[in-house]
Amino acid sequence: MINIFEVNETNKMIQQENLDVRTITLGISLLDCVDSDLAVLNQKIYDKITRLAENLVSTGEEIEQEYGIPIVNKRISVTPIALVGAGACKTPEDYVTIARTLDRAAHTVGVNFIGGYSALVSKGMTVSDEMLIRSIPEALACTERVCSSVNVGSTKCGIDMDAVRILGDVILDTAEKTKESDSLGCAKLVVFCNAPDDNPFMAGAFHGVTEGDAVINVGVSGPGVVKRALEKVRGRNFEELCETIKKTAFKVTRVGQLVAQEASRRLNIPFGIIDLSLAPTPAIGDSVADILCEIGLEYAGAPGTTAALALLNDQVKKGGVMASSYVGGLSGAFIPVSEDQGMIDAVTAGALTLEKLEAMTCVCSVGLDMIAIPGDTPATTISGIIADEMAIGMVNQKTTAVRVIPVRGKTVGETVEFGGLLGYAPIMPVNQYSCADFVNRGGRIPAPVHSFKN
Amino acid sequence: MKKTIITVVGKDTVGIIARVCTYLAENNINILDISQTIVDGFFNMMMVTDTSGTEKNIGELSVQLKQLGEEIGVTIMCQHEDIFNKMHRI
Repeated sequence: MINIFEVNETNKMIQQENLDVRTITLGISLLDCVDSDLAVLNQKIYDKITRLAENLVSTGEEIEQEYGIPIVNKRISVTPIALVGAGACKTPEDYVTIARTLDRAAHTVGVNFIGGYSALVSKGMTVSDEMLIRSIPEALACTERVCSSVNVGSTKCGIDMDAVRILGDVILDTAEKTKESDSLGCAKLVVFCNAPDDNPFMAGAFHGVTEGDAVINVGVSGPGVVKRALEKVRGRNFEELCETIKKTAFKVTRVGQLVAQEASRRLNIPFGIIDLSLAPTPAIGDSVADILCEIGLEYAGAPGTTAALALLNDQVKKGGVMASSYVGGLSGAFIPVSEDQGMIDAVTAGALTLEKLEAMTCVCSVGLDMIAIPGDTPATTISGIIADEMAIGMVNQKTTAVRVIPVRGKTVGETVEFGGLLGYAPIMPVNQYSCADFVNRGGRIPAPVHSFKN
Repeated sequence: MKKTIITVVGKDTVGIIARVCTYLAENNINILDISQTIVDGFFNMMMVTDTSGTEKNIGELSVQLKQLGEEIGVTIMCQHEDIFNKMHRI
């Protein structure tokens, strides 16, 4: 039988070390809502989401109470809207009506985000894909809870540079349209390479076309728990360090597995995957950067950071894989800047730059995340940043993403406050040299060769 | 049988066990096992209980035990045993 020490260990993780289940995300296929009449399509979408997700929030709360584990977010992801709306939408404004419908459905069922205002264009854009992409600034400006993502590249297809070029403008336009709230709209827009179909984390969640009708995906967290566990092995060798991370990741993931199975059973919706991610929040002691410091760095960004992060990411997966029956999503350590107090401190101290963050994204999930840059950054430079990050994902056969926020009216040295889980961020300098001629070439970058690994 | 783990942590004082047990008895909750220690003057108790006899669901018990804890000056948590089994047993 379970003993008092084990019970205390679990409760200490929850009460003092910020252990929580970060999100229960209900993935819903909207393919059966497709209709050539826009009004009918919107009604079908609203009806299906509110029907399937009716009890999502209350079920999440029940599980929270019963097991005494906080479940921070209950969310929904849907089939990429570019596909769902292709038959009915004739203009970008038509797509915006679907964004409004999603927002309304999210309010009705009480979830804080709904993801899937998305297009998958890794090889090329259809007319409707492009319309959706061009509608993103308006869609994010006139809704509160809708999240958008665009997959512009993959290891198998290469990178669609036309989409990358357009997205530079789209991100700036989104920043402009939401400038009243410090360009917050950009925090709800992610550009992906190799986007997973089953990611439960926002803003990049969508319900992939390879998925079933509805599915429960769960994202776990727990950077604070790992940090605390590592305090006990200070100065020990890498073997002990790695074992400690693995064991901790196992325990954290088991809680996610339990919550996912319970949610699946109670909602009568199949369990999809657990996303084994170390997802930080701005709360003190809930930081991935602090783990890197505990591993032995003065600040995240110091030499050794990439190696430490590679090790952390790998051990989290090794520990977590055994704890869950199905693993998927983004699984790994997240390194957002604004959502992680340790990262913010590192940037403020001058230890962490955009270039070092880019290097770090080679060895972890996901990418350049929640980074505030000057509002006057040219669109082509943003496209260049995206292209670099997509290339890392394409060549290394991993998911990478870009979520940068060019904050209108602000520049290096200033700080931007997003609030809540999105945190705050110092504005980071961006390389001033131009890549306009590169970005404006048009066309796509071919898929890389899958041999001669060097 | 539906096993629920009740934990009580806080500054030691007279009558903690008595008051918690009285509440459990009033609600027809059977205690299967108790372990208790004092660490640095802090009272630390875990009870394994059978809650299949009570009408109340675990959410209500949780809220009421939390209130009782506030009256006594300790923290009381009430959780389904599975969270501990899952985490500590393969």
